[in-house]
Amino acid sequence: MMNNSSVEVSQLRVRRGKMRFFDGLDVSIPRGQITGLLGPSGCGKTTLMRSIVGVQRVESGTVTVLGEPAGSRVLRHRVAYGTQDASAYDDLTIRQNLRYVGALLGAPRDAVDRVIADVGLTGQADQLVSSLSGGEGSRVSLAMALVGSPELVVLDEPTVGLDPLLRAELWGQFRGLAERGVTLLVSSHVMDEALRCDRLLLMRAGRIIADTTPKGLLADTGAEDPDAAFLALIERDQQQHLDTRRSRREETGE
Amino acid sequence: MNVIRLFATAGRVLSQLRHDPRSIALMLIAPSLLVGLFAWLFSDQEGVFDQFGGPILALFPFIVMFLITSITTLRERRSGTLERLMTTPLAKSDFILGYALAFGLMALLQAVITVSFAVFVCGLETDGPLWQLGLVAVVDALLGTALGLLASAFAQTEFQAVQFMPLLVFPQIILGGLFMPRDQMPDVLHAISDWLPLSYAIDTINAVSAGEEGWDVFGPLLIVVAFMLGALVLASLTLRRRTP
Repeated sequence: MMNNSSVEVSQLRVRRGKMRFFDGLDVSIPRGQITGLLGPSGCGKTTLMRSIVGVQRVESGTVTVLGEPAGSRVLRHRVAYGTQDASAYDDLTIRQNLRYVGALLGAPRDAVDRVIADVGLTGQADQLVSSLSGGEGSRVSLAMALVGSPELVVLDEPTVGLDPLLRAELWGQFRGLAERGVTLLVSSHVMDEALRCDRLLLMRAGRIIADTTPKGLLADTGAEDPDAAFLALIERDQQQHLDTRRSRREETGE
Repeated sequence: MNVIRLFATAGRVLSQLRHDPRSIALMLIAPSLLVGLFAWLFSDQEGVFDQFGGPILALFPFIVMFLITSITTLRERRSGTLERLMTTPLAKSDFILGYALAFGLMALLQAVITVSFAVFVCGLETDGPLWQLGLVAVVDALLGTALGLLASAFAQTEFQAVQFMPLLVFPQIILGGLFMPRDQMPDVLHAISDWLPLSYAIDTINAVSAGEEGWDVFGPLLIVVAFMLGALVLASLTLRRRTP
């Protein structure tokens, strides 16, 4: 089981406040591939990602990452997390941000310049992060996730607010990483990004409503574009929900 | 604990400060200005500044560092950078000590400037050696840093963090022995003041001013250090890798 999957989530329950967010979630993420985590905002994408990188308090269930319990000490060198809002230090330059994270991870010195070049920010390396545009900020955050050469990279909406050209560039880099054997879990609510993934998890209201591939998604729903496919799946899911509720009601004789 | 990560964190905090020259200026100069104001206020009354100048030296670094630390660490907790750090190998103690080290260095600079200003410009006279005054100022600033780190854990916004000052700092000033010698206070208040770290800081300063030596100076100072270490330990316990 551990050989071909990088993340195994089993019977995960998470409570946020009084609301039960996940009620026995099961997910498996294959190794060395790009898995897209898609769904409307508020559906639980961030909570799932936080559970995988080990910063989410969970109620019960197991999350196994690269063969270890999520959040365990050995994983802190092997798993990288890019949070949703570009979490870099505003009052430091790009290079200073990366040097700091690099030092924490024990990354080699040249890794800093390499990842800055990888995200196309070499020209601005000595600018303060506060002076950068939103898109550049997200790229700094991404570079910070890549500086330690992780085996699993979890990125929460890394392309939000980026223009199409940059988005294409970043997805090119994700592909490059995957080809080097890195596992990527990337969330998005832009459905056309789904087509760039190897595997797709569609989430809605704290449940995985489809675990498929881009081709499978289109073939299954008969839709022409991923937006329509996603809407079709949601409709189907809603229908099923109504059905189970109705059948439950019939069973109890209400 | 890992020395490299601790120093990397302290270095990072100092680089952040370096990009904010106005804060550095406020941190280094504000206490001197306040000491100067005090000296001016009592300039016509012989000996009053010598009596209050010392305790004032203990207060301002404490207040300034409390504010700066609680707000900076709160910013880190809220901006998502702390969450990112919690996924890296950085230990919680390295994070807290990194902050304490960086602000401790600033406190040292601040103490040198403030004590020099009080003595050479305002003419503060003490019977004890100057370096001891400086040492108390540094320890007080560190106590402010440690309590600030702890307070930031209980604040959700910068606004709340600032409100902690009247709650945590003012009672210590009022009961610390600056306005009234502690042994003349009502019994209950005297007993409370025995549990407040700033009381011991002011005791130390008074001992230095009076030219006392040995245990009379370093006894109360050690108590302040113990409070500071306790606050640092509590602060690192309030950091959580997993949050709701």
